[in-house]
Amino acid sequence: MTKLRQIAFYGKGGIGKSTTSQNTLAALVELGQKILIVGCDPKADSTRLILNSKAQDTVLHLAADMGSVEDLELEDVLKTGFKDIKCVESGGPEPGVGCAGRGVITSINFLEENGAYDDVDYVSYDVLGDVVCGGFAMPIRENKAQEIYIVMSGEMMALYAANNIAKGILKYANSGGVRLGGLICNERQTDKELELAEAMAAKLGSKLIHFVPRDNIVQHAELRRQTVIEYAPDSKQAQEYRQLAEKIHANSGQGVIPTPITMDELEEMLMDFGIMQSEEERLAAIAETEAQAG
Amino acid sequence: MAKDVDDGPEGYKALIEEVLEAYPDKAKKKRAKHLTVSAPDPEGEPDEATGIASKCDTVKSNIKSVPGVMTVRGCAYAGSKGVVWGPVKDMIHISHGPVGCGQYSWSQRRNYYIGKTGVDSFVTMQFTTDFQEKDIVFGGDKKLGKMIDELEELFPLSKGTTIQSECPIGLIGDDIEAVAKQKNKEHEKTMVPVRCEGFRGVSQSLGHHIANDAVRDWVYEKGDGGAAKEYEPGQYDVNVIGDYNIGGDAWASRILLEEMGLNVVGNWSGDATLAEIERAPKARLNLIHCYRSMNYICRYMEEKFGVAWMEYNFFGPSQIAASLRAIAKNFDETIQEGAERVIAKYQPLVDQVNAKFRPRLEGKSVMLYVGGLRPRHVVTAYDDLGMNVVGTGYEFGHGDDYKRTGHYVKEGTLIYDDVTGYELEKFIETIRPDLVGSGIKEKYPVQKMGIPFRQMHSWDYSGPYHGYDGYAIFARDMDLAINNPVWGMYDAPWKSGPAAIAAE
Repeated sequence: MTKLRQIAFYGKGGIGKSTTSQNTLAALVELGQKILIVGCDPKADSTRLILNSKAQDTVLHLAADMGSVEDLELEDVLKTGFKDIKCVESGGPEPGVGCAGRGVITSINFLEENGAYDDVDYVSYDVLGDVVCGGFAMPIRENKAQEIYIVMSGEMMALYAANNIAKGILKYANSGGVRLGGLICNERQTDKELELAEAMAAKLGSKLIHFVPRDNIVQHAELRRQTVIEYAPDSKQAQEYRQLAEKIHANSGQGVIPTPITMDELEEMLMDFGIMQSEEERLAAIAETEAQAG
Repeated sequence: MAKDVDDGPEGYKALIEEVLEAYPDKAKKKRAKHLTVSAPDPEGEPDEATGIASKCDTVKSNIKSVPGVMTVRGCAYAGSKGVVWGPVKDMIHISHGPVGCGQYSWSQRRNYYIGKTGVDSFVTMQFTTDFQEKDIVFGGDKKLGKMIDELEELFPLSKGTTIQSECPIGLIGDDIEAVAKQKNKEHEKTMVPVRCEGFRGVSQSLGHHIANDAVRDWVYEKGDGGAAKEYEPGQYDVNVIGDYNIGGDAWASRILLEEMGLNVVGNWSGDATLAEIERAPKARLNLIHCYRSMNYICRYMEEKFGVAWMEYNFFGPSQIAASLRAIAKNFDETIQEGAERVIAKYQPLVDQVNAKFRPRLEGKSVMLYVGGLRPRHVVTAYDDLGMNVVGTGYEFGHGDDYKRTGHYVKEGTLIYDDVTGYELEKFIETIRPDLVGSGIKEKYPVQKMGIPFRQMHSWDYSGPYHGYDGYAIFARDMDLAINNPVWGMYDAPWKSGPAAIAAE
């Protein structure tokens, strides 16, 4: 068995992290890799496409039912899905109560201590939204994921989130071994999206791993609770995910310590791309509108 | 052992400089603002009773302690659960969160009470929601609700419940207010959620304020009046506020007020019931002993219900007499005569105590470091015994406490705010007073220096110290500490040299 590789997918909420990661991992299994997916989202939907159903028995809910996490057995929570991919969901509280961050810490510790990582080549963490607190930074911390892949798009807030995540990685990069593996752009069909994604990757000192084009087939597959790899293995989109999987597989040890930028620099970049107006341009535009109206 | 410092302002100022030298520049600059020597205050009116007007203000107080030093301050939870709410005897006080906070603050303040523990009184019992990992992750609201239901079954005679928040409650956002409202409806008893998470504020002081606000919001504003509805107020009704009945203090105070003809409607919060709190706004006057921890609710009662308030001091006969007269001034001649009668009645006791102990204690010097009101209030009790307070300080005092201290300590007294372990040790070591009065953390280091010590938070498991009865006990205890023969045996016999041994 080769050395265990741990990766994690981060990105703005709703960007398509779970969809992208599950499709990519389904393609990675075709390369002969044994995979464990750890869902770190209280909604517990990070493994839905692999398991073809929403996972019911999450680590935290079972632990709460039984009393404590010490009462839990690994078999209770470890499910096997598409092509023997192992899946586990951390789970967590309903929105608005408790502390989901602490939940992530609890579950990852449980999985490590109980040997969930013993018999696999890859562990992939799928983490919700931004790195909002210490709990959600858990996979970035020492001896967890070696490479972080940030799923983003050409939208302003996705770029902003990507930059924030890079800050989180930077914080732990020197104490632990975590690196930024690269950006994955999930096409939203915004202006100059590919260029912007590449420019952002360059600013962060990283690279754009893959530009995943938009294709409605992803939606069709998702409605059937399947990955594209499973639903339409010969489709063009399946090929895209296979390419992405190969690139990630070949990217082992190629991660970098990111160089996050300031909010000003980020806005400047958007202005350079003509996506955002500078203050002068904005005032000029207002003056022009007023002149026309007058 | 000889003193290493000249008593007096110049010597103490030099001592402060010397002690500050140990700090890095930044810490030195910060700590310098908390240390001073009291100076004459030409603008201040001399206090009626003590005749003293000095300036004791440190530049800063009630701000965050310097990181890296040892401070003995507590937290907001300690201020609410430990001080203000904990002694209310017929309510159950739940420490909401992990077990430690409740466990280690269990029965720490010796708040005496009358009642059947576990039946109608609960002060010395510890209730906690005992948070586990799952309660942090999924929230503890449900557990709290269930616990209140179970407590209702186990202790049906409880008059209500307070929810004392520990740190995690503020972090995970448990909605304790919603639980309180719900359970208030179901059980028709007072439920008081208190947001006294330990990380709030710089010391226990904010916890006092939060607890006072909880009384306002959940007993007065949201309550239906409770016991006050049936109560017909009398013209001599007063409340004692800020007496926690440590070692029976409140009882020793109450008898004096009652003997002079006043009717003590409520004592807050030592030996208190919820009904006393509910009835309090109907009283004529609020008598406030610990100003620091309960001035907030007195100001509220004044504003909202028109109850006047005044501070008083029941430590030592001169202050007791002055306070009794000052209190009586607010009432008619019956009470004023009553005050004189009480003072005269106890004068023989005072004379006997002084005759016995003053010769043994005269001229002895004292350093204090406590919280609340004691750094100033007990000063005059020592004066009455002929003793001399040379240094005093507050753990969590505010500017207004230091202002008031000027009526009690004469100029040339060393003043230290939120003193650090290092500073206090250095001060004591150099000044070498005849007695130190502080807490359990200071007790043994000071005794190991060969200096007599009394705990002045818990009265060293003695008390009461309030009132005339308390003065007799206070005098005896100080004598026990200072004139204990053990201090003459401090040096090991084999260290006194071969000549001494040979002579035996």
